[in-house]
Amino acid sequence: MWVWIVCLLTAAPALAEPLCSKEVCDNYGYKVRISIKTALGDKAYEWNESEMFLFRATVAFAMRRYTSDETYNVSDIVVCNKTARVSFWFLVTSPANTAQLVPRGQVEAAVRLSRNRINSAFLLTDQTLQFVGILPTLAPPISYDTPPWLIVFGVVMGVVCAGIITLLLSTLLKRTRSKKNLLETEEEEDRRGSITANGRLCESLREKDPGRGHPDDVHLSKL
Amino acid sequence: MKLQIPNPGLEERIPSHAELEELEEVQARGRPQWDNKAQYMLTCVGFCVGLGNVWRFPYLCQSHGGGAFMIPFLLLLVLEGVPLLHLEFAIGQRLRKASVGVWRSINPYLVGVGISSTLVSYMVGMYYNTIIAWVMWYFFNSFQDPLPWSQCPVNENRTGLVSECARSSPVDYFWYRKTLNTSTKIEDSGGLQWWMVICLIAAWMVLWVCCIRGIETTGKAVYITSTLPYVVLTIFLIRGLTLKGSMNGIKFLFTPDLNELLNPATWLDAGAQVFYSFSLAFGGLISFSSYNSVHNNCEQDAVTISIINGFTSIYAAIVIYSIIGFRATERFDDCLSGNIVALLNAFHLPEGNITESNYNEVLQSLNSTSPEIIQALSLKTCDMQALLSQGVEGTGLAFIVFTEAITKMPISPLWAMLFFIMLFCLGLSTMFGSVEGVVMPLQDLNVFPKTWPKEALTGIVCLASFAIALIFTQRSGEYWLALFDSFAGSIPLLIIAFCEMIAVCYIYGIDRFNKDIEFMIGHKPNIFWQATWRVISPLIVLVIFLFYLVSTATKELTYIAWNPESDNFPMLETMFYPGWIYVIIFILSGVPALIIPLVAVYKYLWKSCCRSDNTHKKSISTVSAHIHMDMELKKSLPKKSSDVTATCAGLA
Repeated sequence: MWVWIVCLLTAAPALAEPLCSKEVCDNYGYKVRISIKTALGDKAYEWNESEMFLFRATVAFAMRRYTSDETYNVSDIVVCNKTARVSFWFLVTSPANTAQLVPRGQVEAAVRLSRNRINSAFLLTDQTLQFVGILPTLAPPISYDTPPWLIVFGVVMGVVCAGIITLLLSTLLKRTRSKKNLLETEEEEDRRGSITANGRLCESLREKDPGRGHPDDVHLSKL
Repeated sequence: MKLQIPNPGLEERIPSHAELEELEEVQARGRPQWDNKAQYMLTCVGFCVGLGNVWRFPYLCQSHGGGAFMIPFLLLLVLEGVPLLHLEFAIGQRLRKASVGVWRSINPYLVGVGISSTLVSYMVGMYYNTIIAWVMWYFFNSFQDPLPWSQCPVNENRTGLVSECARSSPVDYFWYRKTLNTSTKIEDSGGLQWWMVICLIAAWMVLWVCCIRGIETTGKAVYITSTLPYVVLTIFLIRGLTLKGSMNGIKFLFTPDLNELLNPATWLDAGAQVFYSFSLAFGGLISFSSYNSVHNNCEQDAVTISIINGFTSIYAAIVIYSIIGFRATERFDDCLSGNIVALLNAFHLPEGNITESNYNEVLQSLNSTSPEIIQALSLKTCDMQALLSQGVEGTGLAFIVFTEAITKMPISPLWAMLFFIMLFCLGLSTMFGSVEGVVMPLQDLNVFPKTWPKEALTGIVCLASFAIALIFTQRSGEYWLALFDSFAGSIPLLIIAFCEMIAVCYIYGIDRFNKDIEFMIGHKPNIFWQATWRVISPLIVLVIFLFYLVSTATKELTYIAWNPESDNFPMLETMFYPGWIYVIIFILSGVPALIIPLVAVYKYLWKSCCRSDNTHKKSISTVSAHIHMDMELKKSLPKKSSDVTATCAGLA
């Protein structure tokens, strides 16, 4: 009779809900989808039992890291419903009591904390090693102290302003220079006397501007 | 028996052939000159070749029967574009004035034509430079990797992407939200956007520095702005042809559909494209041509520039569509792989079972076995043809479709920089002509005192344009720009072009014009020019004008708006314009058109009531009179040298 009672007691947990049933998985497990060929193309490795062992070990590592005191083992990670897609469900049992399942929230938090490490163990990314239901934390946007476009704008405006100032200054200089020239011509005329034959003055003027018309006048006439 | 409207006093208003010869020898008194022929050709090519060649022609080509569109385009280029171009070049070279001066010389009642083209140049210049400001904004933003329009930004709690971006696309979001920050309708002005204002300041300052001394400075700037686009187009052609799917695009572009030739809209669009592509009736071409030497061969120039313009349109179309083909192929592949992943996940099949080649068979077999699962997946339909014909004209092409294509290329920032610098150069060289078409007529009208330097004139014009163009930096700016684009530059230009041809052929006189051309280039224009100037080209322009008028008057005025709250988002929403828009449309289209008759009437009334003043106003248009008048202007300078120089020049 004692044997019967012992048998009943040991069989009791087995007679309770099986671990890989739909209800248990929905409440305590997560579906994982792995796309090795998409991620690695030619360098894709084959998914076999050793890879599955590694997966269970990394999840155990993630649980250890998250709880930081409880010693999870590979045996605590249960895998169910494997398909050829490579997708499966996994559950985590407590190391102290194999009948007790770790709640989903804790599993999610643990996976999120060590997501990077899990991904790099398999050379995959958040999209190719997909935990259905656990959203990947997006990388923070690159923030610049000064937006780069403002820097380029500053450079362009600097060049343009320098150009404008140069051109305006050169016009001003030309005007003052031509005014000075005309004043000098007038002084020369005064020195040579007011009554002069047209011919001599024409020669002096012609020397100044040999035959090309009056280039300064072109700018001054503003047409 | 040629029709000739009586035109008294014409001989006094225009320089005679002998005077023109003298002007040649005295080295173009007072008027600026081109340093060499290349500058003139590059400036005209730059003015004609603009953004329309890159983003309007390829779309028209593809939507109106591909290769078959070449037939109406090339035909109308020859019958409409080349004659009008030759006419503007010849009349500018002969009368040696800007547009207002030319029409005033032909007949004082025609001044309205010049004023109208000045007004149109001004209004078109305003919104065209805003597009350049947008191009500059994108150019400034190309100096980062990854490009800001390649990915959606993350929302505040970093759980997902910003909703507006996730529902549309990163390029749409960057254009409508980050660049324009567009409001939902034209009535919501939304205030000025500071980043757009400073880009607009940059655009107008760059334009001012290039135009500051008129053709003296633009002549130097065009060496770069007119040649760089061709270099960049070639680089993009080589890059584009090496990308996957580019041949799909080119095939799509040129696949001829001869049935389209029976559609009148094809011919009308071709005619309109030729007309607007040549930047005719703006007055800029007349002005540029007036700086030429008298015996410059304007006939050859007109033909050369037309050929270059047509060739550029076709070349740009090939480049654009090779990139469009690449983008469509990438999108198609993405769509297909998304569907494949969904199927693999749903049916737990190993990777690699479904590929692009067996997708259709597998889908069919799965559909026959378990249709409910397929239904639940809601697979997207991946249609290559639809992707290739996605709205690819105008700003949509440059800032949405093409930028998306660039993000898919390796070394994206480089391609983005090249693309936007090309658009910038194309737009800037067109703006040179626009500014010329405003500044020179204002000078002719003596709006500014003669003592003011050229720098001040161009500065004031740029400042005034910038002030009004601030409308386009509001949140509703894009809607205003679309309004200006539809109405400011379309109908008035057709009217002006028609008036130009009638004025030259029938008021100036085709006989006199023929003799002028014979004097300038050595032979009389042949029967082709006679036929096109007198009958064919005015008829074509008239038909296009009537069609545009009827279609604009009959259709309801709507615009498309970006509204994240609308039901069809991300499709653009069709909205009706508010009532007061009709006032704006009247100012944009009606005023330039009505100025032509109104100024004629005004001049007639002024003349008939103030007859006595006319008798002593006969200006003697001789070289010595010009010198005398110049000397009068220099009254502020010492008198002695001026008297002597006058006599000296008389002796020489």
